[in-house]
Amino acid sequence: MKKTIAEKIFDAHRVNMPFPDTHVLKLDAVFCHEITTPIAITDLQARGMDRVFDPQKIKAVIDHVTPAKDSKTAEQGKILRDWARKHGIKDFFDIGRNGVCHAIFPEKGFVRPGYTIIMGDSHTCTHGAFGAFAAGVGTTDLEVGILKGVCAFHFPKTIKIVLNGKLAPGVYAKDVILFIIKELTVNGATNMVMEFTGPIVDEMSMESRMTLCNMAIEAGGTCGICYPDMTTVDYLWEFIKDDFKTKEDALKEYSKWVSDEDAVYEKVYEYDVSNLEPMVTFGYKPDQVKPVREMTGTKIDQVYIGSCTNGRIEDLRIAAQILKGKKIGDTVRGIVSPATPDIYSLALKEGIIEIFQDAGFCVTNPTCGACLGMSNGVLANGESCAATTNRNFNGRMGKGGTVHLMSPATAAASAIEGTIVNSALYE
Amino acid sequence: MKKFSGKVLFLDRSDINTDEIIPAKYLTEITKEALKPYLLEDLSLSSFDPMKDIDGKSVIVTRANFGCGSSREHAPWALEVNNINVVIAESFARIFRQNMYNCGMFAIELPREKIDYLFETYKNKDVSIDVNVDNNKIIVSANGQSEEIDFNVGEFDKTLVKEGGWVGYADKNY
Repeated sequence: MKKTIAEKIFDAHRVNMPFPDTHVLKLDAVFCHEITTPIAITDLQARGMDRVFDPQKIKAVIDHVTPAKDSKTAEQGKILRDWARKHGIKDFFDIGRNGVCHAIFPEKGFVRPGYTIIMGDSHTCTHGAFGAFAAGVGTTDLEVGILKGVCAFHFPKTIKIVLNGKLAPGVYAKDVILFIIKELTVNGATNMVMEFTGPIVDEMSMESRMTLCNMAIEAGGTCGICYPDMTTVDYLWEFIKDDFKTKEDALKEYSKWVSDEDAVYEKVYEYDVSNLEPMVTFGYKPDQVKPVREMTGTKIDQVYIGSCTNGRIEDLRIAAQILKGKKIGDTVRGIVSPATPDIYSLALKEGIIEIFQDAGFCVTNPTCGACLGMSNGVLANGESCAATTNRNFNGRMGKGGTVHLMSPATAAASAIEGTIVNSALYE
Repeated sequence: MKKFSGKVLFLDRSDINTDEIIPAKYLTEITKEALKPYLLEDLSLSSFDPMKDIDGKSVIVTRANFGCGSSREHAPWALEVNNINVVIAESFARIFRQNMYNCGMFAIELPREKIDYLFETYKNKDVSIDVNVDNNKIIVSANGQSEEIDFNVGEFDKTLVKEGGWVGYADKNY
């Protein structure tokens, strides 16, 4: 008793504690992409240690710049591809099958409640939506993860965030997490796990929970985490149906990954978000957040709908609902990147791609590209972008550019208007 | 062990993120050395000029939450290839801090009043800092005078500094 979900996961995975407050954990999965992994690979090769701890537990994708835009990015892809082939890493997603890492790995069933996962990507915290401990790490931690299947962490101090009430129409998980980051500030959760609970979270789809957990890092959090429930089981069912007789059995098993009622928290925040409005960032820090209402009329040059935060089918459906039968403003460029090929296909079947195209959006292949200004929608100096992404850092989407973070609904409405505006779903 | 001493670069701002330390467009480089010219290129800080201000500096002193944002280890690498192996701050983002120690570099946390004191006393002076690894002290020197400030570092982090990083240690022990 008295343990949080993260502590329980630590207890189940601890290899040893070589030093005080140093918990070396066994990893259930190591995720890799082509930006942070190649240097780990070449370093292992240079050390004569080109091995992997378990090719089944390593998953890899080319997602940041795909198709390759130049010789350097082609080389990064090649290093990852050659390495995956050499070591028999079956779950390697190359062009045509690739998608944004934090969308495609859950979609393929690689994330399960109680898992420990690392990746050389800060938004790895997304996977906590499944009741897993998933943390972004640097290349050296990744390298050791690939080689040994372990990673060292400090004790997972936890902040509990209880979300009560009912979200108003036009208000989504993105608005909730922007509000939370505003409240906690950009380092309010540093070195801590952010546990999201309460009726609002219970009601959320897995997609919305991923949006919530995805931005835990923007408050400094190690991992966002939600308790597994029937929504989690339903999402995973196609992957776990041979392991359990019934969904209830699966839920019973996964229910061990829930915090005890008397668990000890660093802090507990309780919010009633019934009156929350759509939110948007200003400035260059993700805690610089205001209601959209106060930013109405702010001119934008580009709208980007996509990324590991909001590029999933639910996000595209919401945006399409607003864009249907409308045209985007003459002075705006619209770009949408469905986060995975399956999302793209589903959007095609549902007529969503057509709605985007008819509205004047450019539909790109799944990639992270524009979110971090690497490819696929880089801003020019002085331009601003209404984006469903996760960081509004100075120059993030292109040197001298400004990013306003918002929900897909707000982004779609702003695309039509040419300036930042609340979606009709809200008004 | 790396070298943990030299002239100080003061960066008087909190929440300096890894996109500012090394912009994402340079993450296509596959050698650390290639990052050298781009360190702090997008830093939003008035009167800071990366072309002039970094040269000859080996220690950074800054405010809270240094290295927030992306997990890119390119941030410590960009420092390392510019001969900066020590950052002293009020606090660090978790991943950046771990990346520093994983590379055998120092991310030293000091209480806010000590950081304030360093800025107030030394910001505009020609100042050097030397890290005494064995005694957990930094020695601050300017104008022929010097003073010592204690700092705390965990055993794990110190072991990584002494062993030159996490890969070697993990290979031996796991």
